[in-house]
Amino acid sequence: MRLSRREALILAAGGALMGFLPRGASAATVDEAMAAFAEGAALGEGGVEISAPEIAENGNSVPVEVFAPGAVAIAVFADGNPSPGVAKFHFGPLAGESRASTRIRLAKTQNVVALAKMADGAVVAARREVKVTIGGCGG
Amino acid sequence: MAESKPRVKAPKTAKPGEVVTIKTLISHEMESGQRKDSKTGELIPRKIINRFEATFEGQEILTVDIDPAVSANPYFEFSAKVERSGTFKFKWVDDDGSVYETENAITVG
Repeated sequence: MRLSRREALILAAGGALMGFLPRGASAATVDEAMAAFAEGAALGEGGVEISAPEIAENGNSVPVEVFAPGAVAIAVFADGNPSPGVAKFHFGPLAGESRASTRIRLAKTQNVVALAKMADGAVVAARREVKVTIGGCGG
Repeated sequence: MAESKPRVKAPKTAKPGEVVTIKTLISHEMESGQRKDSKTGELIPRKIINRFEATFEGQEILTVDIDPAVSANPYFEFSAKVERSGTFKFKWVDDDGSVYETENAITVG
């Protein structure tokens, strides 16, 4: 397919918008994603910990640990990423404790949020800001 | 793409009821679907590991639903309570339907 100059410009502008819009929009969708995980439960505080570096030089690989004694599941969200979901951990009967570590991508400085769901359906939240020097959302 | 090779670090022995730490990693580019090809400007299609499962003798330890925000070469560290000897099984599921598996035996006593 040959593109005219006008079409190419429109495509480029669309591409630039695609790059910006999802980030602006994710502030709304992170709440939606969190609400979907919470299944209507009000978010409590306490009982869940999230560990992450205060400053991450490289947003491509930021170590994060979540811990919530007694939780059946912990979901991790990043409110400044193009898409807010990061990972959902489901702990089975043989889990030693409800704790997990992984490495995540952060596009820019933002809050990383952990929601822990307890056996009785209660949901608690913890948040931690991570300052990102070089974003992990290349392209 | 390099072949996805899983690596697991788990103890080979434990005492009954002990909580052991397990570390897993699989080589995978975790293409997020957000990046653009630098030459054509087109989005590179998403291709990630979307699920990880750890079990012991058929019982669940940990299952992870994974989004593109998990880094390349996804790493997970978690713990398991072991009461008896047996085999840990680990499974990674790719967007393209591929399944990568590995297992580790542990002697408890």
